[in-house]
This record gives sequence, structure tokens and C-alpha cells, in this order.
Amino acid sequence: MGKRNDINKILVIGSGPIVIGQAAEFDYAGTQACQALKEEGYEVILINSNPATIMTDTTMADRVYIEPITLEFVSRIIRKERPDGIVATLGGQTGLNMAMELDESGILKTYNIELLGTDLDAIKRAEDRDLFRTLMNELDEPVPESEIVHTLEEALQFIKIVGYPIIVRPAYTLGGTGGGIVHNEEQLREIVTSGLKYSPVTQCLIEKSIAGFKEVEYEVMRDAKDQAIVVCNMENIDPVGVHTGDSIVVAPSQTLTDRDYQRLRNSSLRIIRALGIEGGCNVQFAHDADSDQYYIIEVNPRVSRSSALASKATGYPIAKMAAKIAVGYSLDELMNPITGKTYASFEPALDYVVSKIPRWPFDKFEAANRTLGTQMKATGEVMAIGRNLEESLLKAVRSLEAGYDHIYDTKIAKTETDVLVKRLDKTDDERLFVLAELLRRSQSVQSLCELTKIDRFFMQKIARIVALEKELTASIDNLELLQKAKERGFSDIAIARLWNKEEREIYNLRKEQNIRPVYKMVDTCAAEFESKTPYFYGTYEDENEAIQTEKKSILVLGSGPIRIGQGIEFDYATVHTVWAIKEAGYEAIIINNNPETVSTDFSTSDKLYFEPLTVEDVMHVYEQEQPEGVIVQFGGQTAINLADELEARGVPIIGTSLESMDRAEDRDKFEQTLLSLDIPQPLGRTATSVEGAIIIANEIGYPVLVRPSYVLGGRAMEIVYKEEELLNYMTNAVNVNPKHPVLVDRYLIGKELEVDAISDGENVFIPGMMEHIERAGVHSGDSIAVYPPQTVPEDLKQKVIDRTIAIARGLNIIGLLNIQFVWHKDEVYVLEVNPRSSRTVPFLSKITGVPMANIATKVMLGQKLPELGYETGYQPEAQEVSVKVPVFSFAKLRRVDITLGPEMKSTGEVMGRDTTLEKALFKGLIASGMSIPTHGSVLFTVADKDKEEALSLVERFHQIGFDILATAGTASFIKEANIPVTVVNKIGEEKPNLLDVIQQGQAQFVINTLTRGKQPARDGFRIRREAVENGVVCLTSIDTGEALLRVLESITFSSESMPQMQM
Amino acid sequence: MKRQLILEDGNVFIGEGFGADKVMSGEVVFNTGMTGYQEILSDPSYCGQIVTMTYPLIGNYGINRDDFESVTPAINGFIVKEYEPEPSHWREEESLDTLLRAKDIPGLAGIDTRKLTRLIREHGTLRGRICSLDVDAQQVIEELKQTTFVRDQVQRVSTKSPYHAPGRGMKVVLVDFGMKHGILRELIARQCDVVVVPYNTSANEILRLRPDGIMLSNGPGDPVDVPEAIEMINEILGQVPIFGICLGHQLLSLACGAKTSKLRFGHRGSNHPVREISTGKIDITAQNHGYTVDLDSLEGTGLELTHVAVNDSTVEGVRHLEHAAFSVQYHPEASPGPHDANSLFNQFVTMMETEKKATVLA
Repeated sequence: MGKRNDINKILVIGSGPIVIGQAAEFDYAGTQACQALKEEGYEVILINSNPATIMTDTTMADRVYIEPITLEFVSRIIRKERPDGIVATLGGQTGLNMAMELDESGILKTYNIELLGTDLDAIKRAEDRDLFRTLMNELDEPVPESEIVHTLEEALQFIKIVGYPIIVRPAYTLGGTGGGIVHNEEQLREIVTSGLKYSPVTQCLIEKSIAGFKEVEYEVMRDAKDQAIVVCNMENIDPVGVHTGDSIVVAPSQTLTDRDYQRLRNSSLRIIRALGIEGGCNVQFAHDADSDQYYIIEVNPRVSRSSALASKATGYPIAKMAAKIAVGYSLDELMNPITGKTYASFEPALDYVVSKIPRWPFDKFEAANRTLGTQMKATGEVMAIGRNLEESLLKAVRSLEAGYDHIYDTKIAKTETDVLVKRLDKTDDERLFVLAELLRRSQSVQSLCELTKIDRFFMQKIARIVALEKELTASIDNLELLQKAKERGFSDIAIARLWNKEEREIYNLRKEQNIRPVYKMVDTCAAEFESKTPYFYGTYEDENEAIQTEKKSILVLGSGPIRIGQGIEFDYATVHTVWAIKEAGYEAIIINNNPETVSTDFSTSDKLYFEPLTVEDVMHVYEQEQPEGVIVQFGGQTAINLADELEARGVPIIGTSLESMDRAEDRDKFEQTLLSLDIPQPLGRTATSVEGAIIIANEIGYPVLVRPSYVLGGRAMEIVYKEEELLNYMTNAVNVNPKHPVLVDRYLIGKELEVDAISDGENVFIPGMMEHIERAGVHSGDSIAVYPPQTVPEDLKQKVIDRTIAIARGLNIIGLLNIQFVWHKDEVYVLEVNPRSSRTVPFLSKITGVPMANIATKVMLGQKLPELGYETGYQPEAQEVSVKVPVFSFAKLRRVDITLGPEMKSTGEVMGRDTTLEKALFKGLIASGMSIPTHGSVLFTVADKDKEEALSLVERFHQIGFDILATAGTASFIKEANIPVTVVNKIGEEKPNLLDVIQQGQAQFVINTLTRGKQPARDGFRIRREAVENGVVCLTSIDTGEALLRVLESITFSSESMPQMQM
Repeated sequence: MKRQLILEDGNVFIGEGFGADKVMSGEVVFNTGMTGYQEILSDPSYCGQIVTMTYPLIGNYGINRDDFESVTPAINGFIVKEYEPEPSHWREEESLDTLLRAKDIPGLAGIDTRKLTRLIREHGTLRGRICSLDVDAQQVIEELKQTTFVRDQVQRVSTKSPYHAPGRGMKVVLVDFGMKHGILRELIARQCDVVVVPYNTSANEILRLRPDGIMLSNGPGDPVDVPEAIEMINEILGQVPIFGICLGHQLLSLACGAKTSKLRFGHRGSNHPVREISTGKIDITAQNHGYTVDLDSLEGTGLELTHVAVNDSTVEGVRHLEHAAFSVQYHPEASPGPHDANSLFNQFVTMMETEKKATVLA
């Protein structure tokens, strides 16, 4: 067969912004697909709205469009490019839904464009609950009793037949948005109603709950010749009931006999064949723990999060193979790129255990409902590999970047047993830690299995970890136990805690005793065939397979799991660094633990170590490879946090020195530096006690910005307006002490300006400057950034440029730096300097055409900017306007307040680019998922302090024909301005009140700035949540409202009657 | 208790003993299957061998009463990275350790099985001994080097006398060279009336049973060590349809005049892709063989190559051009392994039906 020669140009649809349920895995899949297609000589056209991805680099495709993934914009590109085919199965649910929309619109037919790979009928059969169920019945494949409902009444009817509990799954939504397990009628009403709203086809599947069954997934591939293979199967430690994206997963399955395994394998193959999938597909099963009975839960007719995990777990590049299958290849024609000797038509054999643990955002969203169910809540995940389950699990735990070094949580350790037992009623993100603690308190494995339905096999493993802890405690300095603990994946720090020693002592003891890890290869074939793939994991065994080469090497630390505050942007920079290191003639070695990313694709670096990012694990790799040094600038806070200790252990840090970094991050040293450079910053000081904070605030004056030092993403940062609030913050939100000081700064109202620059110590090049739409106080990651600045006068810009250069030189930055300024009155003050790669590096790199991470890396490796073609100064601004718009996942996170503030809340970003700000904003907002109706009503509920500013918005909305709704207080001042307004009852008042208005879809936009108090009971909060729950656009910043208005004004025609004749 | 594996090349692996406390030697081989250890250790084709599982966690779901491929496991030893003392599965009856103790088979755990696998991959199959730590390793190595391979494995594992598994369908004589129960299971599932006979049953005796077809089973060792079977097949070929699996496939090939040789480290696992030449289709198959039919030797034998291994292009299946006879190197009965090639049993039944009709008409 071979590749098709009747097609030349292929359009690849990406997955858009990172949201919960659709993260970096699609950058990995999309990048692989683009590369695979280009490799075959096709002309590749890419559309994706997400600038923070590797796949949207202009080198990845022949032409890259960073445009909204909507029918309108994709059609526009199709008309312009006239591709022969489209690949839509690699862009997640977004890509798939887009393909279906394109088909329905008729454009594919009009331009004779073929959907490559899996066809639409197959997609529909898998995605449409009704068609899928029919097909399963035809195949005699068991599915749980279920019913498709389109109304709440139909759901209630079904309940009469099967009873509770049931599971609600809305059709065509990602990450199970709007679904859940239902135990009673109240829950049923709530979940079915919201589920129907979220489903683009107003359809929910309600099915009899099989919660408690084992959940097993199969990753399957099929080609046009009907050859089908299983790449990997995986077993969830959490039983059915928790979304697989929120489950702790191991690969391969552990508790299935060969008969069980083959039974499910046969079923997966039968299904993929019946559907006619050409490419990758994922089949989820529920398997009874007490019989041979199984059920099909779901099929994803596309590359998915699980397939990214399976690719990293086995080494088998599913997305790449899927792309090749889409253009005509069959599995037996494709080589297995890991071995280079065997073919893609085989099933990988693992000789290790893989664990995946989700990374949840609950550290940022403390008020969020942490209960896990059928709706995914994790933002990212980590993977770890070991030669036994305990090792793999513990390595995953310490990869989480959640403050854990072991399955031990200090807070849980202090909680009463009965409270912990009670917590097991529902699954939450800390279950693993709760179980470990209960086992520590001698609860029986059996009883915990009964409570949680977790298989005894897994519970025993946790119990054995706990038992080993006890052995260690009882026998300090026992070397045999030390060896055993290391084999079981214990970190030095965990052992140190049990032995009451310092981590370094354990490390040194091991070094003395030669207890150190070896590195084994991930080779898809359990060592049966020789393999040259430099993909390694560490374990405590005899033979080391990693070989240090003669070439000089550089070690790059990745950024770990995707989480709020540290997204895919850091992986983007990491990948570029790796490429730059290779270009510079060194061997590039990477350590990372995130299975979703391009950086952990084994073909990205010269050597990949899939390991936790802790000092201990990094030191091991360092000692193994003896690189020239370690690069920490691109791995976000994860890598930066390790720099100190690494240097203390003699590891050279490449680029900006630690001392310089410290001068940027240490409050007092930074202040000194700025003072010496004569650069102003908002007044502020460091408090080490509650009383101290209050004294400082009184001195510098309210409002003040308070935050703990050394945090990323503005965690626990707040603006407080009076002493009472400050007191509340200091006592409740942070744990202040001399070791953990709190920064108290004057909050200056003004526009925020941001620059990223590259410095070699003397020369400082500034590729671009951005102006934020939302005023300072909203986290920079959550504000809309505009390039080039639209409202900043030249003299102020020059100040920003001069100060950036001065700071870069003053701090002796070698590499990247990011500075945030606030423009207050006629001065620009420095808010923050980040001596590392920032969130805006990919965005700026793309719109300015300056490969920032690449240049910075080369500078760090010793080149000077002029040698690379860059001089000190600001690159001339581009003509086009580009905006970076944040994207939130609030619909997935109940009880989270959506108000924008100093704490970052967004999960991803999109870009809009056009000739004017309004057009760029329109694209950006549309791409971020906002619907922008041009008429209807706007509901205003604003705080007193915002009323004046809000009034101008009201006026302008009125001008373009919107009806204004407001609660009594807000309405009265609107009336005073002679603008017609409809009063809406407040919450608690007579119905219909505000909530009803939102629920019934009577308001198209909600502008709500009632922000004081974060208690869910507060009205402002309820209004905002109600809007989110009902998919109504809700803006919490007057500035965002203004931006939206500009867009609306530019797309709305005014309707004015003709002027009266002058008589 | 510590125990070790000593290899003829001088490598020593020290680990924890489990199973029977017994000294055993044998050819050390590895299997890459991630499930199916119970089937593997009871597969008679491993007679006399020490089997290493490359997947590190073995015994997770215990041992059950249904998944044995023979009544008495014939392996000489079982090596794993880690065995599970407290298995978890609803069908579980006992642990791996308990079984090995009961069947008097030594086990070795806690060694770097990947290192061992790589050694075998590099050097080919090695002789080894599982023993306690207090032996003179040098002496053991010498002994291992001196050891000649036993050649009577088939005799050891084949049934001693014929037995009948009655059915209403095609009458099959299943020649047991070390048969996996799976083969019998598949024939019975197709309503066949099966008589299982010892490996050295003569053609005459077999034909007296008036079979519709002959099934040549899998089995251990080198096919040239079973000359009586080759002779029997030679006589039967052309009279009754024949289907051979694994050793049965090698014997059919030898009977037709082809040659066999030893592979460096064999094919053992559940993930081997095989291409059917006529259709180009790939099946993922279970395999367990140390010998192979030489491709070059097929010429002039009347045998046609029907299946080939995707990874190393070795012979995986042949068909006789004149007579109703075909065979495959892999295991369509699976157990353990993928069921992709299961339809070969249907093909066998169809072949018997067609031949029978032809005979009646003639």
C-alpha cells in the first residue's frame, strides 16, 4: 500500500487552549503528526489557537495559522488553502467536534476535502451514545443498562426502572464536563440539567452505576488493511466511578489473568474493527472483580490523554503511527522507531511498572469541591517508571510538585482516624495519602479494600510501603534496610525523616556504601531486541544500561506536571533549549516526569531520563552523565527551586548565576539593587509576623498587596483594602514566620506592562513589550496581554526599555528575564523580575519572530548576542496587533470563585492576531470559547468602588442596543444617568430573582465585580458561579468588560434615525 | 533464603529462593508475556528449561484451577523479579510459591531479570543451575559446560497411553508431543471427537482409529530427536488431513524433507507478529520455540511458505501443495496470548469436512 500519492496538502486541526480534560498531550500528538506528515513530503497546514505549543512553531508545518478553531475561521483557512485532506483525530475532542461541524456545514464536500484516518461515520458511531449502544448490542458487547435522555423527565422515567445510583454522561463533552454519579433525585435534577446544557446536542446518557468494578483501558491501533493491535493496557487503581483522567493508573494491568486480559483485548479489537477506526482508539472497560463479567464504558475514536500516556509508558509513538496510517500506510509497513529493527505491527512488552498520578489544582483552589467523580478535575499528570509497583508509585508521588516526598502528608497525619475513615466515603485527591495514614494506624487491608473497592493487590502494596517505614524506624542505620527502601522507591528525604537525619546524610551514606541507582532502557520489547533509543528510567538493580558518551553534554531540567501557574509554556521553552543545545554541538539530556509533553518524546533530546525532579533524582542523573552543567531557567519554578541545593552539591548552574537569581527574588537584595539603579518600585517590606505586617501596611498605606515570598502563579496573593482584611489574611491564608516571610507592598492602580528580554550580561535584547488589558492586581497570567502596546506613550516605553536593560545588566542576567511594570500616573514601577523563562516566551517568540529560548540558550552556552545577530535595544514593533487571552476551566471546578485577582486561575491561553486591536481581541475572545452575541441583555452587579467606571460601560452597551439589567443598588445610579434599566431582584428576594434570570438565559453577559469575601455563600460568588454553570459570559473586571465592548462596538452597526432636516 | 543462578558463561545471579528448595539445571530461556505465567510454567514445551519472566511482577493473580496447560509442569525452574505471596483474584486458589513447592520446582526471585535477558539475547540460550549459595561456583560452571542436553523431553511429557475425549463432530487423533491443554480445548469447542495418543504411536495404529484428521501438538526440544514421529507423519501424509502446531509444525516439515535449526534465543512471548503471505495480514501470536524450520530447505519438499515472522523473517507456517496438511510455528490456541490466529482451528475442521466429502464422493 504505502503512502497515498493522490493527496498533497493536509490540514491538521489542533486542540486549542489547555483546559482541564485537554492538555499538553495534544501538543505532543499534534507535533508528532505534523512531523510525521512532513517527513512523508506532504504540505502541512496547521490551525491551532494555542500559541504556547511546539506544534504552532512555524517550523512544524508549512504554514501555521494561530486562529480560533471555529467553523468561521477554519472555513476561511480552508477556502484560502484548499487542502486535499484533513486530519482531525489528533486534536482531541476539539479537533473531532470541528471536523463534524465542517462536515455538517458542507464545506468539505464543496471543496472535495477528505477526512483522513478515521472517517466521520466511525467517529459518530463512537461518540453518539445511541449509535454506540446500538453497535455494541449488534456486536454482543455488554454495555451497562442505560438510556439516552434529552429532558429531565426522561431521566426521571429511567430511574423508575433501574433505581439509584446512576451515572450521568453528557454527549460530546470533554473530560466528562457536566456529568457525575447521582444518588438521589435532588442530585439528578442538578446534574442532568447542567449535563444537558453542556452537551452541544442536548443529550445525556444515564446509565446504571457499575461503580466499584475494576477500570481497565486498552489503547488500540488499526490500519486500513484491518490489522489491529493493542499498544498497551492500563489498570486504574481507583475503581470505576472516578474519571480515568482523575485516577491513579498503572501500566500494564496488574490483576488480570491472561484470560481476562485476552477477553478485553478481543473486545477492543472487535470494537475498533466494527467502528472502522483508522488510527488510534481507546476503549475503557469495567471488569467485575468477582466474575468474568465486563462492560464497555466508553470508546474514544481518536488519540487521547491515555494514548499519550501509553506512548510514554511503552515507547510506542501512537500519534505518529496514527498520522502515517491516515495517509495510507499499514502497520506492517512502518518500523518501530524505538528498536529501528522491528515493525510497528507488534505489541509492546513492558519489563517495568508505570504509574500515573493526576495533578489536581486544589492547592490553588482551596474552596473547590475536591470530590472526584465522572467529571475530570486534574490539570495535568505525572508518570514514573520502576521495576516494582512501590518504586513506581513513590517516584510518581514525589514528581507531583505538591510538596510530597513520600505517601505522607503532615496534615493528614494529624487528623483523627474516624475523620479519615469517613473521608473514604467519597474519593478525593488525597485518598492515597489517607489510605497510607490509616494503614500506618494499623487499619486492616481488608477493611480498607471493602470501603474503597480498591483491589487488594494495590492496597497490599501501600501496606508494604508502610510496613517498610516501620522496619526502618525500628532499625536506624541498617544498611540492608536502606538498600531495600531504595529498591522500593523511598526518597532519601523520607528515609531521613524516619531516621531523624538530614537528607544529605542519607545521600552521603549511600554514596559511601555504593547504593545508587542504575538506568534501564524503555525499549518496547522487554530487552528481546537490541534497541538504541536513549530513553531511560532509574531503579536500584545490577546492570546499568546508560552510557556516558564522549560528547560534552548539558542537562536540562523540565517543568514537571501541568498545573495552574506552570503550564505548557515551560515545556515549549524546554524543548527549544534542547534543540538549541544540539545546534550548539552538545549532547542534550533532559529530565522530566510529565508524560503529556513534547519534551518527554524520546526523539526530542539526545537522552531522556524519565525521572522525578527532585535534588536526589537529578543528582543521580548528574553523576551518571557528568554534564558540563545544568540548565534550570526553562523549567519554571520546579527547576529554579532545585538550583540552590544543586549548586550546593557542586553542580554548575548554566546561565544567570544563583547569586543573581537570589538578588532578583530576595526582597531586600532586590530592593537594594533597584535603589542602586535608581529604578522605582512600589513601597513595600517583608513581614515575619502578623503584627509586623500591620505596621508595614500602616506605613505604606492601603490598599496593599500581600503574598508569601517565593511563589509562582501568585499563590495566596491578595489585595487588601483595610486592616481588618489584612488581619484575616495574615491569620488564615498564610503561615507567617521568620522562615516564611510575607511580602507587603503598596498596591498601585495602573496598567501593567510586561517585557521579556535576553541578556548576555552586557548586551540586552528586548524582542517585545506587552500591555495588559486588566489593571495591575489581576495576575499577569490571567490578564489579556496586547502586543505591541496600544496606549503607552513613547517616552514611557523608553523608560521601560531603559530600565529593563539596566536591571538585566545590574543583575548580570545570562539568559532570559521577564519584568512586570505598573504604569501609575507618569511613572513606571517595577513589580517583579523573573530571572528565567516566563509564560509569555512562546507568545512573544511567535509574534516577534525571535526564537527567544534558542538565543537565550546559546547565550548561556557562552555566545554573545551580537554574534547571534542581536544588539542591545528594543526590536521594532510589528504592524499587526496580537493578543494573548487566558482560558479558564471554571466549568469543571465547582465552588471555585472565578473572580480575577492576584492569584492565577487560568489553565491555558489562546492568541488572536489581526490588523486592529478590536479584530485581534475578537479572535482572541472567540478562540477562548466566549460566545459574543451582538444583542440581548447585560446584567450589572458592581461594587460601589467600581460604579463610576461601570457607568461608562453601561452607557456604551446601551448605545449599541443592549438592554441593561441590574439589581436595585446598581440600577439606581444607572437610572440617575438617564439610562433605561430593568431592576432584577437580588438573591433571596422574591422570584424571579437574579439567579433565575441567569438560569433562564435572559442575560447574555454578566458583569460582576462584587469581590469582597470568598465565602461561597456570598451573593457575588453565587452570581458568578450561576453564570459559569449556565455557560453565560461573566466578566469580573471592568477592564475586560471594556475590551469586550470595543469588540462589540466594532462589529455592531449603530442604528440611528436620520437627523431632522434643518428647516 | 538466598539462592543463586549460575550460568555456564560464569555469570552469577544471587537472589531469594522460593518454591521448592531444590537444585536444578536447565537451559535458561526468557518469556516476554506480561500475563499468563500459570499457562507458561505448565506448558510442556518448556520441559527441562528454566524459564525467566521478563515482566517483573509475577504471581499477582495467583494460581487457579482452570488455567493449567498440563497437569504436571515440566519446567526445571522459574525465575522472576518479584513474586506475589498474597495474590488477589476471584479465581485464585493458591499462590505461585505454593504451587512451585507442591510441584517440586525451584524458584528464584529478586535478581536483575533484565540483565539476564540481555545476556541471553547476546549470547544465545545458556545452560544454568539454580542452587544454594554454598556451592563451588567454578565447579558448577564446569559441570554446566560438560552437560549434554537431554534429548528425551518429548517422551517425558507425552501421555503414556491413549485417551478419548468424545464428541459428535470430526474425529481427530491428537498426537501428544507435550500438548498444551489449549489445543484439546479448541478441538472440543468445535465438537471434535478427540483421541489423544502418545508421541510414538505408529501410523498404522493411528489410521486404525479411522480419524478425519491428525493434529500434531506442540512439544519440547529438538524435532530431530523424535524420528519415530517423522516416520509416522511421512506415512500418513496424503491419507488424512494434518494440522501441526509448533513442534508439530517442525515435525511435519522434517517429514516432508525440510530442515530445522536452533535459533539463538528463540521466540517466547505473546506479542509476535506473523504475516500471512497470501493476504498480507498480520496476526499477533503467542510463540514458544527454540528451533525453526529453515526457509531455504523448503524448496522441493512440496511445502509452501504460508506465514512468516515479521521481526526476523523466519518460517511461521507451511502448507503442503498436494496433500491436505498445514502447520504453524506459533500457537493459535493461545493460552496464554492473543487469540488472533484462533480461526486456524476452523480451517482445520473445514479441511477435514472437505476431505471427508471428497472421499465419500470418490
